Amino acid sequence: PAFGLFIFTIARDPLRIIILIAGAFFWLVSLLLSSLIWFIAVKASDPQDERLQKGLLIFGVMFSVLLQEAFRFLYYKLLRKAIEGLVALSEDGCSPISIQQMAYVAGVGFGLMSGAFSMVNLLADALGPGTVGIHGDSQLYFLTSAFMTMVLIFLHTFWGILFFHGCEHRRWWEIAAVVIMHLTVSGSSFCNPLYVGSLVPSYLLMAAAAAWAYLLSGGSAQNLRRFLLCKC
Amino acid sequence: MITFMNNSDSEEEPCNERTSLMSAESPPVPSYQDGLPASEAGEAQAHRKRRAGSSRGPNNIAGGETSGLGIPVRESALENEEEELTLKYGAKHVIMLFVPVTLCMIVVVATIKSVRFYTEKNGQLIYTPFSEDTPSVGQRLLNSVLNTIIMISVIIVMTVFLVLLYKYRCYKFIHGWLILSSLMLLFLFTYIYLGEVLKTYNVAMDYPTLFIVIWNFGAVGMICIHWKGPLQLQQAYLIMISALMALVFIKYLPEWSAWVILGAISIYDLMAVLCPKGPLRMLVETAQERNEPIFPALIYSSAMMWTVGMAKPDTAARGPSQQAWGAAEDGREHLRSPSHAESQMSETRNPGPTRPVTSLEELEEEERGVKLGLGDFIFYSVLVGKAAATASGDWNTTLACFVAILIGLCLTLLLLAVFKKALPALPISITFGLIFYFSTDNLVRPFMDTLASHQLYI
Repeated sequence: PAFGLFIFTIARDPLRIIILIAGAFFWLVSLLLSSLIWFIAVKASDPQDERLQKGLLIFGVMFSVLLQEAFRFLYYKLLRKAIEGLVALSEDGCSPISIQQMAYVAGVGFGLMSGAFSMVNLLADALGPGTVGIHGDSQLYFLTSAFMTMVLIFLHTFWGILFFHGCEHRRWWEIAAVVIMHLTVSGSSFCNPLYVGSLVPSYLLMAAAAAWAYLLSGGSAQNLRRFLLCKC
Repeated sequence: MITFMNNSDSEEEPCNERTSLMSAESPPVPSYQDGLPASEAGEAQAHRKRRAGSSRGPNNIAGGETSGLGIPVRESALENEEEELTLKYGAKHVIMLFVPVTLCMIVVVATIKSVRFYTEKNGQLIYTPFSEDTPSVGQRLLNSVLNTIIMISVIIVMTVFLVLLYKYRCYKFIHGWLILSSLMLLFLFTYIYLGEVLKTYNVAMDYPTLFIVIWNFGAVGMICIHWKGPLQLQQAYLIMISALMALVFIKYLPEWSAWVILGAISIYDLMAVLCPKGPLRMLVETAQERNEPIFPALIYSSAMMWTVGMAKPDTAARGPSQQAWGAAEDGREHLRSPSHAESQMSETRNPGPTRPVTSLEELEEEERGVKLGLGDFIFYSVLVGKAAATASGDWNTTLACFVAILIGLCLTLLLLAVFKKALPALPISITFGLIFYFSTDNLVRPFMDTLASHQLYI
């Protein structure tokens, strides 16, 4: 689905592709920094202690989430500057791409990159021989990973929109809500392999974020109904 | 920018094409102040879309946006318009370069992942004589540095040789050299590549079929690259030979040497293009002074070069084709001259206001594009291919290097739009790529592996 989003909405406009790749780049850098911190922490600690390692991992995850949001903020700043530049240079005084489109594309960029990093190795292994869950782990590993990745990609997209909107209108609670949601989703993945605990809340949160982002982007229930009715 | 190592006896190192990035965009008004891009535009597509009656036509890059504006515009406004059009359509050019670079990388990565041949170590090139199979780390490092020094000096010698040949107008020699090396590339390497791919997928092919296929491929390739041909076909061929060359490098360069060479080459590229006495810069400047295109076999251009006079680079006799060509550029000035008393653009160019404008109408109009040297393609693909081949974190590292290179390319093109002269395309991208490769391989991979094993998501 994320690729469908990409092809239908982004691939047309070169500016969007650049913003997408730049968004992916920012996510990558945030990942880099967070893994650097984690690596240092692990090296500095005792490798035998299981609980400590688990704790460090959790700490790493939380820190990474915070870093991702920080980088989203930085990216927002960069895009603001870029939009000012584009507006100043454009022919008719308005920029060729609006901040909301940028928010959407940035969100997709983040999402795609995080999804890719989560999924790709899994997919490559899935091509090879093997049995899922042979050591007593869940047999649904691949399926749930796929669903989780998808929900995360969508969530990143929506968070992008919400985050940028919050920054635009100086509503700090929106930004805080995004951060808290991200933390919640990551935290819920700690319940794995108890998939009920992680997938269900994530999907619920995604639905909520989707509705919120939709409303923010100017849609309404009426629009939705008209869209659906016109189609069929 | 372009270096050749034509070693016709050994199959291992025929051609090494390096590069710099040049803007072939129609330079907007301010850029005519410096002489470089002015004649650069001359060598590239010298035609723009022209609408009848348009009295001002700066970069009609996307075609006809400013047509219909028949009003004379003041000089500063014109400059601003030029600037913004360049930057605005800069995005389009970036994409025009993203796509081939991505394609090349995809081909290389796909081959590396599937065909075992290119990851086996079957010996080394004669340019890298020191082996890396030594037990101690220090020795290995020393060997790789020595390999790099040898390789870079070979490249420097070849580049200087080429520039000297170009300066003294030994065109026949250069053309012969180019033709020979692309011949070998197209035929020999394709044969090996095809053989290996067929072996991997266990498909049998008899020799006559093979001969016919390779002959057709090679012949069409030669024609497309060195003469005229459909743009997309030419682009496809250039991508393919870059990929083949990159695969050769990946196979035959020992590990540490490859990384050190990548780093050294980006430094060399930086110096060769930016220093006043750098060979690549001299090459570009000489080509611009003479208003000639740089050899088509070494540059990837994203837009059509549809000029009659392309095959005749000698400027001594200004034949009608050259005339038309040169007139096309001045035609732009002509179109402006009704609206501007003085031509702002003719600072460093010959205005030739008396040139006939009539021949313009017959020439094909094509959009301008950006040019990227083939060596850039090759080294980007080498980086990503090496990442795919040797990284233990497999796809994550490859993806990270890919994004890093694309971002580097973006930044380079941005700088190009700002500086408007030939820039080295390698340094930024390769630096990013190297940083990301090493950091992803060593730092991110354990993190992601641990996360994946616990199925945690960040």
